[in-house]
Amino acid sequence: MCLAIPARILRIEGNLALVDMAGVKREADIRMVSNVRVGEYILIHAGFAIEKIAKKDAQETLRLFREIA
Amino acid sequence: MKLVDEFRDRSIAQKIIRKIREFDFTKVNLMEVCGTHTMVIFKNGLKGMLPENVNLLSGPGCPVCVTSQEDIDKAIDLAKNRNVIIATFGDMVRVPGTDSSLEEEKGNGADVRVIYSPSEALKIAKQNSAKSVIFLAVGFETTSPLIAASLLDARKEKIENFFIFSSHKVIPPVMKALLDSKEVKIDGFICPGHVSVIIGGNAYRFIAEKYNAPCVITGFEPLDVLQSIYMLLKQIEENRAEVEIEYFRAVHPQGNRIAQELISEVFELCDVRWRGLGTIPKSGRGLKKEFSDFDAEKEFRPKIKKSKENPDCACGEVLRGVKRPTQCKLFRRICSPEKPHGPCMVSSEGTCAAYYKYG
Repeated sequence: MCLAIPARILRIEGNLALVDMAGVKREADIRMVSNVRVGEYILIHAGFAIEKIAKKDAQETLRLFREIA
Repeated sequence: MKLVDEFRDRSIAQKIIRKIREFDFTKVNLMEVCGTHTMVIFKNGLKGMLPENVNLLSGPGCPVCVTSQEDIDKAIDLAKNRNVIIATFGDMVRVPGTDSSLEEEKGNGADVRVIYSPSEALKIAKQNSAKSVIFLAVGFETTSPLIAASLLDARKEKIENFFIFSSHKVIPPVMKALLDSKEVKIDGFICPGHVSVIIGGNAYRFIAEKYNAPCVITGFEPLDVLQSIYMLLKQIEENRAEVEIEYFRAVHPQGNRIAQELISEVFELCDVRWRGLGTIPKSGRGLKKEFSDFDAEKEFRPKIKKSKENPDCACGEVLRGVKRPTQCKLFRRICSPEKPHGPCMVSSEGTCAAYYKYG
């Protein structure tokens, strides 16, 4: 139930954003994430963005996987 | 980059597993606290890939599963009121209460609606002003701020027929309770990623520092889980007990401040009862006095007889990591996802459902 899925922001209007969630377009409430921009990734849980996902950190995580392996 | 596929690379997984096999322990127990992790582990067959000395235990991380029988019975009683619409996440509907379930009440004419987001519940309230809409607020820290946001919206928009039945729970106190009980040996925690998005890594520091239990906050892709297991084993080998964040692409040491403020504006900590674990101090969230007009329990006063669980159901022990589902008398024989006897078999992320489907 704590499932949250990464989604890309397509459009922002006030507290709401239109996002692309694994190919599906949905509306998400973005009041809990500050300074988000179109094209950025956010984590969506039950219709609300709970955090931004930093692309740079995602890439760093992948680099760490390769490093230990 | 979709932030998903890259985290499922099979060849990297095999390499991490090889590194995990190099550790020389007699046996370590690592507990995944989150039900979503349980599903990732089972769905991807990670348990079978690990060496025998690394034992994964599933903990009390499925919100529906840990909801007490009293709360289930109260929710069922609220649904019997014909002036009420119950809005709920899907997993609650089939959980067996003492005498009935929400599904059974729905069959008897109750208006029970499965929703995806608390904002949908608010929409239902706006569209049905002659009825009262009660949202069954079951969930951990991940979900609490969303519900707080919806209550603030309801207040702002002066929606007076929207209520919540608050059964929120808080994760760090239950981890502490498990360690205090000493019922199972837990050598490290695979900490819940999305709970931690909200509360931050610092919320577990007391577990690492006072209980000497390593904690790694973990993402939800197979490589995240394997990497975290490696990180935990490394801490154990080096005699360290720290909070490390493997899921740092989304989790920060301080968590999400805006979400924390939403929670504390609306809720206050309270003692609550967990299935299988009894009452744990300050492990739940009730509405603050200023928001008591949204409290379904105060408004509708659900009446319940003495709540009873099926005495043969081992959900309680499963939630504490004491028993595996396969050690339950009912498992597979009479308890299945089609005919569940306890919530751990109902919920899509319940440990029994995971063992049934993938075990």
